[in-house]
Amino acid sequence: MAEILVYVDHVDGAVRKPTLELLTLARRIGEPVAVALGTGAADTAAVLAEHGAVKVLTADAPEFAEYLVVPKVDALQAAYEAVSPAAVLVPSSAEGKEIAARLAVRIGSGIITDAIDLEAGDEGPVATQSAFAASFTTKSRVSKGTPVITVKPNSAPVEAAPAAGAVETLAVSFGALATGTKVTARTPRESTGRPELTEAAIVVSGGRGVNGAENFAIIEALADSLGAAVGASRAAVDAGWYPHSNQVGQTGKSVSPQLYIASGISGAIQHRAGMQTSKTIVAINKDAEAPIFDLVDYGVVGDLFDVVPQLTEEVKSRKG
Amino acid sequence: MSLRIVVCVKYVPDATGDRKFADDLTVDRDDVDGLLSELDEYAVEQALQIAEEADDAEVTVLTVGPEDAKDALRKALSMGADKAVHVEDDDLHGTDVMGTSLVLAKAIEKTGYDVVIAGMASTDGTMGVLPAILAERLGVPQVTLLSEVKIEDGKVTGRRDGDSASEQLEASLPAVVSVTDQSGEARYPSFKGIMAAKKKPVESLELDDLDIDADEVGLAGAWTAVDSAAERPARTAGTIVKDEGEGGKQLAGFLAEQKFI
Repeated sequence: MAEILVYVDHVDGAVRKPTLELLTLARRIGEPVAVALGTGAADTAAVLAEHGAVKVLTADAPEFAEYLVVPKVDALQAAYEAVSPAAVLVPSSAEGKEIAARLAVRIGSGIITDAIDLEAGDEGPVATQSAFAASFTTKSRVSKGTPVITVKPNSAPVEAAPAAGAVETLAVSFGALATGTKVTARTPRESTGRPELTEAAIVVSGGRGVNGAENFAIIEALADSLGAAVGASRAAVDAGWYPHSNQVGQTGKSVSPQLYIASGISGAIQHRAGMQTSKTIVAINKDAEAPIFDLVDYGVVGDLFDVVPQLTEEVKSRKG
Repeated sequence: MSLRIVVCVKYVPDATGDRKFADDLTVDRDDVDGLLSELDEYAVEQALQIAEEADDAEVTVLTVGPEDAKDALRKALSMGADKAVHVEDDDLHGTDVMGTSLVLAKAIEKTGYDVVIAGMASTDGTMGVLPAILAERLGVPQVTLLSEVKIEDGKVTGRRDGDSASEQLEASLPAVVSVTDQSGEARYPSFKGIMAAKKKPVESLELDDLDIDADEVGLAGAWTAVDSAAERPARTAGTIVKDEGEGGKQLAGFLAEQKFI
């Protein structure tokens, strides 16, 4: 069976959920061989094996943390040359897409980014993508070289599928470009204790109607009652009420949770582009004419300062 | 010596228009008005600021696209760029990111550069990988997705706000830079700028000028193939209630029904 190279996104050995989703997709088209790089790479093997990795190639070197992107491209290319896979799958993070794209140039392959589904096809894997702010769905494939495909979070279920997961050390030699861009300082984001925005099953977002940074506390309270991530519209971020890292929309994160709750968000195209593929959409807005209501499964026309706290209390009491 | 800045810009269908695919599954450019991709305005802005800081600098805006793409160049020139290069060729129709990046890389080399600046992504294709690919093709450092950028003493430095950390980056010129929408509001063209733009030089290049064969680009030469494009079915109309004191509770009832709580 053809081997599928899967690039592992992990933090000090803790594998992030989108990588496990990639393993599910990889098993549809072949046998997953995982590539884990950097500090803690070897610690990823057990969980990757549980989810279907037949082999885990690991490499650690200071270059992965000290220089931007290119050392990881060198390593992924080394894995590609060692395995000769039928496809390469990479999580669609900002960095993942850059790594995948540079690899594609090097190995003479086409690239598909931000796939939301993947299936086997007669002429290679067929990727589903959303286009034009998710108003279209396309099916595409790579027609030259070995398909390189990046896949968005929440595109497939995480499935247990025990496999050998044999760990092998990957030999990597860094090229001249690897040390081109130095990372001179790194400030980790402070953990909020909430789920990662793109990976969360439920997202609660606030927009212009929240009307102030201090008022985001009521959005956060609802999110916490549901175990949800917090998002913000561009208007709220531009006003400085919430960090850009939480922005949902065309120039922020694009999310596809089971449940999306939009509070005080009108639903401009910029925002819709980032949340339209959510499974269930709920909105609270004062303006009955707000375009967000065209998307919702359930909408409440009302003041979010009344509705959201009442909802939070009700969620808490129902959850007991 | 003058600092040579090349800004890559894209002419895209207006995101607020009714965007769709043409019969050959390329982006329909006829039925929706086009404009300079909003995210590229940030790249033009940073280029202009860097040029203003430098003793001597020249800002060239570069695009690959059909005749109408001149509008995007004109906008960038009216913001303050010095000159423009337009790669236009009938054989380019349907070119994907691999082909476009090849054309851009050759045009950048022909123009001459110390730094290439691009936006974080286009607003139509939204891949966000072109700057990284350009760095790979040009063989120079990639300093991408910056919220802050500075060029001084032959070095580019900047801040990249990633998912898990914020990083300070540093590279020597020449380099490829991309900037996010957090890098600073783009200026509006002044009336004077708009008038001046009409006199600024726009160089037109064809594939032959860049020694690129037609079969390396275009729909037939693309590295990816779109097999189908379907309009997403409209969401079925949901329930809308007016809050009369119980809106939060009613919503909780819906969430419970759907098994979210």
